[in-house]
Amino acid sequence: MSVQLKNSGDILIAFLSGEIDHHAAAEMRFFIDGELERSMPKLIVFDFSGVEFMDSSGIGLVLGRIRVISGWGGKAAIENPRPLIRKMLSLAGLQKLIR
Amino acid sequence: MQDIRNYMKMTISGQSKNEALARMCVSAFAAQLDPTIEEISDIKAAVSEAVTNCIVHAYPDKIGDIFIELKIIGEDTIYIKIKDKGIGIPDVKKAMEPLFTTSPETERAGLGFAVMESFMDRLSVRSKEGSGTTVIMTKRLNGRYEQTDK
Repeated sequence: MSVQLKNSGDILIAFLSGEIDHHAAAEMRFFIDGELERSMPKLIVFDFSGVEFMDSSGIGLVLGRIRVISGWGGKAAIENPRPLIRKMLSLAGLQKLIR
Repeated sequence: MQDIRNYMKMTISGQSKNEALARMCVSAFAAQLDPTIEEISDIKAAVSEAVTNCIVHAYPDKIGDIFIELKIIGEDTIYIKIKDKGIGIPDVKKAMEPLFTTSPETERAGLGFAVMESFMDRLSVRSKEGSGTTVIMTKRLNGRYEQTDK
């Protein structure tokens, strides 16, 4: 599994790794949503430090989770994206989530 | 006339697990141009988008063939053609608008063509409903073509 989750009550951190494409994103989505809906955190943090490659499926993954967490007023943040990931996030206007 | 220094053709089955395979094959072929890490990442992203479009949109109800043709043109340019025989795109101009997607339920961000357009130098899309779609992309690399013996 290329997602590790760490839950500290209010914050859920998703450590993503490997390559995120349409194939991999489907599994990641399922895994993250299970924990999101169970614990309903105030913030989800996507840690991209282990992600070597991402296409726009990664954008869909982030936007989809934002949609889920905003259901109860939660927010999202992104940490440690590599240059390609940063470029992809900027294309989608999501660079403002990087902290 | 195109100065074609090398070429490769392959057909892959349109299964989502083959997205990674297509990226790997194209980046291995492009390696002879001695690209930078950023150039290889750009090419991999563009190929991933084009192949995913075939899998998700061209063949919505079946697994079809995806035809990939690669060329080295001149000393520094990679040419990538990705073709399907799927359902085609009714309005290419509309499909190429950023954030336009026909598959929001599968969380497609509608950025596939925007990625191809911004990460490659040139993009052309031809499509006919019922016949399929052909995407051609080129990118000039700052590397150097390695002359090989016969």
